[in-house]
Amino acid sequence: MTHRNTISDQSYSVVMGGLATLSVAILVGPVIIVLLTSFTSSRVLTFPPPGFSIEWYRDLFDPVRSGHIHSALANSVWVAAIATALAVVVATAAALAMARSNRASARALEASFMSPLILPGLSYGLAALMFFSILGFRPSINHLIAGHLVVIAPFIFRTTLASLTQFNPALLESSASLGAGRLYAFRRITLPIITPGIVAGAFLAFVASMDNVPVSLFLSNARTNMLPIRMWGMMETTLDVRIAAISGVIIVAVLVAMVVMDRLTGLTRRMSM
Amino acid sequence: MAGAAKNEPGRVDWRLAAPLGFTYLAFFAAPLLILLAMSFAADDRFASFSMDSWVKFWGDPFYRGVVYDTVRLGMVAVLATSALSYPIALLFIASGPLVRKLLIFIILLPLLTSVVIRTFAWIVILAREGVVNQTLLALGLTSAPLNLLQTELGLVIALTQIEMPLMLLPLVTVMQQINPSLSDASRALGGSKWRTFFRVILPLSLPGWIAGATLVFASATTAFISQTVIGGARLVYLPSLIWQQSMVVFDWPFAAVASVTLLVAVLSGVMLFSLLGRFARTT
Repeated sequence: MTHRNTISDQSYSVVMGGLATLSVAILVGPVIIVLLTSFTSSRVLTFPPPGFSIEWYRDLFDPVRSGHIHSALANSVWVAAIATALAVVVATAAALAMARSNRASARALEASFMSPLILPGLSYGLAALMFFSILGFRPSINHLIAGHLVVIAPFIFRTTLASLTQFNPALLESSASLGAGRLYAFRRITLPIITPGIVAGAFLAFVASMDNVPVSLFLSNARTNMLPIRMWGMMETTLDVRIAAISGVIIVAVLVAMVVMDRLTGLTRRMSM
Repeated sequence: MAGAAKNEPGRVDWRLAAPLGFTYLAFFAAPLLILLAMSFAADDRFASFSMDSWVKFWGDPFYRGVVYDTVRLGMVAVLATSALSYPIALLFIASGPLVRKLLIFIILLPLLTSVVIRTFAWIVILAREGVVNQTLLALGLTSAPLNLLQTELGLVIALTQIEMPLMLLPLVTVMQQINPSLSDASRALGGSKWRTFFRVILPLSLPGWIAGATLVFASATTAFISQTVIGGARLVYLPSLIWQQSMVVFDWPFAAVASVTLLVAVLSGVMLFSLLGRFARTT
């Protein structure tokens, strides 16, 4: 088949192909550059690194010199784990509550349950700080858990709701006609079908909590320091090369988790559906 | 589900929705109401009602400029991420399953590796001894290193990469549902590739673009870490103003005004994008 405008078609391929290459480079480049920088032998951040060394990783794993980083990591993991566990329970229940409803009330409720994803986190972080201090609570790690719970619940709500829409309600009806109790049907039919959705959502929620800045910025303090806030402090003051080592550890951990989650839940398929 | 099975289909089971509902009322709606009330307070003990903070904020051209700069930063980020995301999305729909999976990994990896790390990467890239300057100096394109950190250009470049996955995921999702025979038909009828892109693919991908633009705008306008670390102290946006007023100056009513303003600005942007979608669908 012949087309007119072959020069125009060629320009399309050149422009789109060139831009696609540039975009992929922009997406991946920074991750690779951070990984390479973390093995630098220099005390300042230069690229390319003048020599290879693992001293920054040794420094990072040293419990004395990097104790404050370790405790910030422990706080972040604790808050993320508890907030994710709570969010799994309440967000899965909420998704089940409206799974088969198409009414205006269900759509309004769905929009309000998703709203923390759109509303600026920083406004909410300050609001939460005002809320807890006006109620007279002393700063506590529980406030961080509550704040993170609000921000991460939509991730689990969304993936669970998506897996419920592919769920055929006739399965429940036939199990009921065969004499299965409702709890039994939930345990043996509904739960196995929606579990991959819950797990994928829990993974995204956990990562979102670990990365959260706007809520932690206002609710954490010296005693309940969180990892991203600690890293921000390090970037603002000394620009310590250990940040590159922390980044290296996180990038590798995320990479491994992504491959595992993809095997378990089809994460890549789920994200592009 | 125990309750849902008893309910007739189509009804919301409020007992199952209650736990999340009450969590949001107590820890989300109530704090936001207190924030709104604080913006009308004379001091942080709610001594009396006062419009002073609102008048001080909107009466000062500096603060109005901060609002304008914040919204503009969000819009520029939307434009830049759109220009770079469409080519990847086109590559995605033209590829086989293996390349598609690889692309999704490439999109997800930066999304999952923390905003702080992505911001840090851009310091390494944009610094005086960074990747960009080393390359430009080696190529002889510049004789002295450029100052890219603490400039709006540097911030926009960094935010483009940081926010691009948020544009790409919904865009790819919608574009792979476009029936490929529509593009084929346009080509068979003599439409050039450009014409096919602008008249077939672009309009049909609009729902994905709107979802992506909404997320990018909301995220770029509130990207506190990137704005403070790459933008530096000279570039002031609403998030750093909020942080400084609440945690350094301790003027809570004024910080509340800035927070409510940020909230309204983001929601206006979100509504603008959905109106744009509705308008485009009817024309």
